[in-house]
Formats: sequence, C-alpha cells, structure tokens
Amino acid sequence: MSVITPELIQQHQLSESEYRKIVELLGREPTYTELGIFSVMWSEHCSYKSSRLHLKKLPTRSRLVLQGPGENAGIIDIGGGYAIAFKIESHNHPSFIEPFQGAATGVGGILRDIFTMGARPLAVLDSLRFGPLDDPVNGSRNARILKGVVEGIAHYGNCFGVPTVGGECLFESGYDGNPLVNVFALGVFKKDEIFYARASGVGNPVIYVGAKTGRDGIHGASMASAEFTEESQQKRPNVQVGDPFMEKLLLEACLEAMRTGAIVGIQDMGAAGLTCSTCEMGSRGGTGIEIELDLVPQRAAGMTPYEIMLSESQERMLLVAEKGREQEVFAVFRKWGLDAVTIGHVTGDGLLRVRHHGEVVAEIPNRDLADEAPLYDRPHVPPGPPAPAREIPPGDPARDLRALLASGDICSKRWIWEQYDYMVRTNTVAGPGGDAAIIRIKETGTSVAMALDGNGRYTRLAPREGAKLAVAENCRNLATVGALPVAATNCLNFGNPERPEIMGQLVEAIEGMGEACRFFETPITGGNVSLYNETLGEAIFPTPVLGIVGLLKTEMPITPDFKKPGRAVMLLGGLGTTDALHFGGTEYVKVILKDLWGLPPALDMEYEKRVHDAMREIAAEGLAESAHDLSDGGLAVAAAESSFGPSGTGAELDLESGMRAEFLLFHEGPSRILISTARPERVAAIAARHGVEAPRIGTTVEGRLRIRNYGQTLADQAIIELKDIWEHALEDHLRG
Amino acid sequence: MKFGVIVFPGSNCDHDAWYAVSRNLGRPAEFIWHDSASLGDVDAVILPGGFSYGDYLRCGAIAKFSRVMAAVRKFAAGGGLVIGICNGFQILVETGLLPGALVRNRSLRFICKPVALRVETADSPFTSAATKGQILTMPIAHGEGCYYADERTLDELEAEDRVAFRYVDNPNGSLRDIAGILNRERNVLGMMPHPERATEPLMGSADGLAVFQSMAAALATKS
Repeated sequence: MSVITPELIQQHQLSESEYRKIVELLGREPTYTELGIFSVMWSEHCSYKSSRLHLKKLPTRSRLVLQGPGENAGIIDIGGGYAIAFKIESHNHPSFIEPFQGAATGVGGILRDIFTMGARPLAVLDSLRFGPLDDPVNGSRNARILKGVVEGIAHYGNCFGVPTVGGECLFESGYDGNPLVNVFALGVFKKDEIFYARASGVGNPVIYVGAKTGRDGIHGASMASAEFTEESQQKRPNVQVGDPFMEKLLLEACLEAMRTGAIVGIQDMGAAGLTCSTCEMGSRGGTGIEIELDLVPQRAAGMTPYEIMLSESQERMLLVAEKGREQEVFAVFRKWGLDAVTIGHVTGDGLLRVRHHGEVVAEIPNRDLADEAPLYDRPHVPPGPPAPAREIPPGDPARDLRALLASGDICSKRWIWEQYDYMVRTNTVAGPGGDAAIIRIKETGTSVAMALDGNGRYTRLAPREGAKLAVAENCRNLATVGALPVAATNCLNFGNPERPEIMGQLVEAIEGMGEACRFFETPITGGNVSLYNETLGEAIFPTPVLGIVGLLKTEMPITPDFKKPGRAVMLLGGLGTTDALHFGGTEYVKVILKDLWGLPPALDMEYEKRVHDAMREIAAEGLAESAHDLSDGGLAVAAAESSFGPSGTGAELDLESGMRAEFLLFHEGPSRILISTARPERVAAIAARHGVEAPRIGTTVEGRLRIRNYGQTLADQAIIELKDIWEHALEDHLRG
Repeated sequence: MKFGVIVFPGSNCDHDAWYAVSRNLGRPAEFIWHDSASLGDVDAVILPGGFSYGDYLRCGAIAKFSRVMAAVRKFAAGGGLVIGICNGFQILVETGLLPGALVRNRSLRFICKPVALRVETADSPFTSAATKGQILTMPIAHGEGCYYADERTLDELEAEDRVAFRYVDNPNGSLRDIAGILNRERNVLGMMPHPERATEPLMGSADGLAVFQSMAAALATKS
C-alpha cells in the first residue's frame, strides 16, 4: 500500500484541510485508491464545492417540475401523460486539449444523462465559444479547434441518431486558450416511466453494462477542475474517446431493459466513472454498495483498483436490478451485443466497499463521498465601477452593417449546422438558424421549443445584469416562435473561483439569474458549473449559458424571414433607447470600434414580459408572417437577417427617431421583436392591450433593404449582396 | 400489403421509415431484426438510414454479412421491392445488389440539407407516382454519399434508364449528379436522399411520399 505523502495529496488537488477531513471521516488514513476516490468526488467538477452555497439561491420548483436539480437531468411535465428530461453540460477543458474527442464525448455524456432516466433523446443544441478566427497569433489554432469541435459533435450526434437542432457560436479573445463547449440535450418519456439513479433493496445485484473499462480519462473530472498551464497538452490521455455506435446500442438496450420492469435504479458512468455512479446511487438510496473489481469488464490487462475506479471510459452504465431477475436484463443486453455483468450488490451498511481479488481496497461511507464534500464560502468582491464611455466617432451605417454581418458572432453559422443531422427522427419543426428550435412530440401532438443563449460581454460588464439579460433573451426567443417558457437549465462557465473578483462574478450572475428565472417563471431544474476556465492566468469572460424550454402547439413554425412584399413591418416593443454607457457592450462597439466599456443594455423585466405575452397572442392568432427577436447587432442586423430568407424579400424601413444613427441602428436594447404582418391594425391592438409599443416602421419589398430616418437614407443595399457577405463570412474566416 | 423495415444495430432512421409508411402513407409496417433469417410475410423491404454496425469500416461493409441480408438478397432475386435509403443504399452497393460505390462527399464534410431532385424515370415501382422531369425536394444527410462508378457502368445505367434521381444542384460530387439508381430488374432502388423525411408539410416537404405511394401502387397491382 502506498504511503500518502503531502506531494501525493497535492497531486490530487486536495487541500490540507480537505485531507484532514478525509482522515476524520474515515477515522484513519485513506488507502491510495480511497485517496483517488475522494479526490474526484470532492473535485470542483463533481462536488460544486465553490458554487453549491450560491446555487441554492436559484428557483427550482413549479407546478410542472417533476424533478429538479440533483438527478441526472431535470424533468418537466408536458401534459398528455408525457414528460421531458433535459440538461446542459460543459466539456470545455477536454475540447481544448483534444477538440474532436472532447466535444464528441461531451455530446455522449449529456445523452447518457437523458436516457439514464428512461427518456429517448430527441434533440441536442450546442453553445460554442472560441477565440477569434482572425487573430494574427492564435487565429489558425482557433479555427482548428472550431473545426475539430464541430466535427466531433457531428460525428457523435449524427451516428447516435439525435438531431442537433440549434445553438450558438461566438468569438472572443478570452476564449483563445479556453474554448467553451456546452451541450444541451432533451428527451421524452411517459411520466410514469421515469427511472432514478438510486440503489435500493439490500441484496439486489449491481450490474455493469456497456463498454469495457480502460485507462482513458483517469482524473478527467480533476482536470476539469484546474486551470490550464503550458503542460496541459500532456493531459491529452485524460480525454476519453467516444464511440457513438456503442452509445446507440446502449440507448436501445437500456430503454428495452427498463421495459422489463426488472430495473430498480440506473446511472451512467460519466465524470469519475465507477466511483461516482456507485457512491451517488448508494447515497441517494440510503444504502451501501459492494463491488468486486475483478468482475468489471476491462480493456487493458493489469489495471489497478485505482485505475478501474477512476477511469472515465465512455458508454458505460451501472444499474441495480431486482434480485432473481438478472437473466431478463442480461438477455436484453445480449441481444444488443453488450457486456452486462453483475459486479456486486446493494448492502444495508451505507458503505461503498470495493474489493479487488477479494481484498477490500476501499471502504467509505457513500454519504461522505456524495454529500459531505467540502462546501466553501469563497471570498468574493462585487464588480468595480463601469469603465466610462469612450467617444463614438460618426460611422458609415451601410458600411458598418456590412462589417457586422461579416463578423464571427453575427454571420451565418450554416457551415457549422449543415454538418449536423438536424432532422433525424423527423420531429424537427424548426431547425438551426432561427431564434428557437422546435421539435414536435409525436406522442402528445404538442411541441417543445428550445433556446440556448448567453452573453459573455454583457456579463463581463455587469454579471448580475448580464445573467438577467440572458434569461430575458432566451424567453424572448421562445416567445418569438409563440412558445411559453416553462423551465431552464444552466451552464455557468467562469474562471478560478479562488480569486475574489471571479467569485464575485459568479455570485452576482447566479443571483441575477435567480431573480430573472423567478420573474419569468422558468425554474432551473439542473445544470452544470464549469470553473477554472483560465489559461496561463487569463480568465474567460464570465459566461452563464442558459437553455430554456417552452411549450407550444404543433403547427407550421413562425420563422425569422420576410415572406412577401407589401407586408407591414412592425417593431414590437418599440425602438428602445440607449446612451453611450449602455452602448459599450454591443457588437457595434466590439466589431467597429474594437472596444468594450460601460454597462450592458438596460432591462425592464416587466416590459419584457409584456412583449412576450403580446407576441404569443400575435402568434396564436396567426398574425405574424415572420418574427425575429432583436439581439446582437440591434435593429439593422435583425432587419437584414429577416431579409435573408428564400423568398428574397427585404424591407424599406422609415424611422422617426432622435437617436444618433449608430444608436438607432445598432443598439441592443432588449424587449424587441421585428414582425411582418398582413394585419398591422390587429397586431397594434394586441400590443396596445398589453401596454407595449408596436410602431409600424416600414414595409416589406422585393430584393432590397433600405433604412431611412426622417427621410435621410442610412443604408440602402441589394439583399443579395448583404446575404452573400453574411452567408460566406464564416467559411472565409476558416479558410483564413 | 406490408412493409418491412430492417433494423441493424446502428440504424437510426428505422423509426422514421416506419413512421412515414405507417402514418403518412397509411400502410402497415413492421421492424425486422438484423439477425432474422426470414423476412416473414412482408411485401416490400426498406433498408433505412443510419450507421449500421457503427460504419467504422466502409459504410455498409459489415451489414452485408448480416443474416437478414441473405434473406433480402433472396427476396430481391424473387422480384420483391427493396429500397435502400442513405445507409441502406450503401448497404445495397456493398451487397452487390446495385453497382458502384458511395465515397466521401467532395467537401469531406457531413452535409444535412434539403435538396432538389429531378425524377429521371417514372418507369419503376418507386417513381411511377411522379413524372419524368418532376422536381422533388427532400433532405440529404450523409458524409459518404458521393456516387462513384466506372464510365462503363455509368453509361450502362443511363442506357438502361436506371438512374432514378439526379441532383439539380450536386451537393456531394456524385458522378453525373446521380442521387438514386435502380437494378436491372427495376425492383431494387438505392438513393442517398431521404424520402421518409419528406412525407408531410411539417417536415418541410411531402414530396418523398411519391416514392412510397409508387411502391404501394406497384404492390397493389401485384396482389
């Protein structure tokens, strides 16, 4: 048995006090295997030790929430006897080290979280952030990471057979050495056929299914809990290799095995592999679990108990079956050609007991591992005062619009999403490229809309407001397609929480998110916290990403593009307003002025919600021929994007505003949706009833986008030219 | 009249094909497991899209050896209708039921998008409900859909009126824009685009229904 030295403790990223707590809980020194087990379970990634205290501030309940945080995924009742399970997960660190496999296994991990609960995955969305592609130093590396990540997502999702229906992709130099890959997945099942990750029934067999255990991914969870240094490339072996075919078999076999009625509890082996699945299932069930590692299917010879317990080999599940009904379960897995073996049993003593060649190599109370992890109230400081606004020189609106349409954040992401099979399972009502994705649920005749959004720039300027704006924009995206938001999942991507200013960002963002989610009645049913997103001491922009789901009728979707000339163009929510300080976080300032200052746009949540209510009513009456929410790039960009549909219809906008041209065209004030309609009076009446402005700002026309203010032309261009810029910018950037 | 949808490990459009036939066409359909030696009493066979056996080797290369494919071969030899869609097309060429090969897209990337297809012949049990020259819109979703064959084979396919569909705007580099072909006896069709994903307006197009309607009509005359 190895002697536990201070160096060994440090290598396991455990602090001295954490080690003392381990000794205290065990009443003795841990074995080497136990040290490894504690180190992964108490890692930031698995234990949320820095964030747990603050995550409690988030709303988690509503009439529709069947399962909140704490399980593999959150669950919402969608009516008709059905429910959806959904969650978001980050795979940031692995995707930097090995973009293809890092992203692929990110998809694999979140899919398992969904079908572990018995739900069939129906949709994936991805929120991606990379360093800029035109960066003179890192541009080509950033492009390589992007290509690898997109290919990895495509490889896994396409083969598995889940449509990737939407997401976002943004660029900022802060993500140069630390890309963000956040994957959202959603599945559907009958609400009385939900499976939980609980080990119950003393004597019940603990069964291992799926891929064999190898040496890959050992300490992946710990890697995800540390900053990157120059040596990080040596961590490549910590990244796992994904096998989507195996996962597809595992999906079908698990769902079929669940139908036998012989399964008591089930959990996937994700981060911290066998360790996490055993102790969490035991802890949730209030039971113990005893396993014999000799029985674990192994890919490599001579693996140590430490390696077997900490391996993060993919496509594995742990399940507890009813004693005596093992053969029913085995038969299903045999049919699908998968390994399924009993490796232990449930006990009544609350301990995780691990044997190797019969000898006990670890014996730890499950509860200590899963629930007694350290909890830190890390020091945090509120953000400093905003940087003052700088002078904004008069621009050339037409030229600036073209520049924005060509920018990485705003340009078309078709090059990315055409690599994803976004239609498999034939439920995709609205796929990528719109404000929200929609999938129908064949079983209920209703649909689910999903939006995935975050804004690192806004959150960098004001974490609390940035998080609120992210919630508001997601809800607006859903309203734009006529959906009612009902629940959310969050992925909190931040830097090193041991730095008070970073911790301050996290606390503020969580509080802002909590406030907004309470207001919009979208409880957070689960999610993920990814900290230590830093490379060589440089932290990313604080980036809370939200996935919000909404419910709606199944019908032909409202899409962003103008359909026919001669329709009224209305701006639900009005022209809004800004000042130089609140203009500093816009894409205009980023792309045209290459700067960042001040505060994000001001948000009035009451007004925002009224806009959503009005929009849903307009949608329900079938009045909107097109609807597109205003976000990055403001009114001008939204109007251009609405002109890029297959019909080639543009618009002539005649505005009457005292704002300077840059503000009027490009400010990003929230609570606004651009609509085209054949019945402007009816739209105006609905808006008025909700106390919402809805000026008619123009008319759709064939082939041009012209914007005037008090008769003065600000931009006038053929759609085909603008669209060409927008459509090809990403590919041009990637070709570099 | 019954359609059978073959399920290989890794098939992932099996359910979509089943749904298109049973719901949108309104004809009975059932799944057939890759391990079965018999096709039961089905009157037409669909080899669906997906990644059979993971397709880590050449696409369709392993499916060719499955037990069910022996039965499919026999069924085809007896004049039974067999349609292979996407991965199903790849399996048909691997099996030798159709000539040529499907290689990586010219872009070397997976492509998913709706494409326009021109019906090149209405003289087949898969296209009789359409007219020659008619444009049908349906999606493609593949990484290896570039149709390849030697010149002689291509000439032969054309001479024998066996090109069922051509791309209007070739997305993947397929030789002579070929999207779907028939065997000499015209009872086996392979196509990369997905007709089953275009069988109701909500899917963005209902044009693919023509393929299944043609098959149903052919089966109705037979019986």
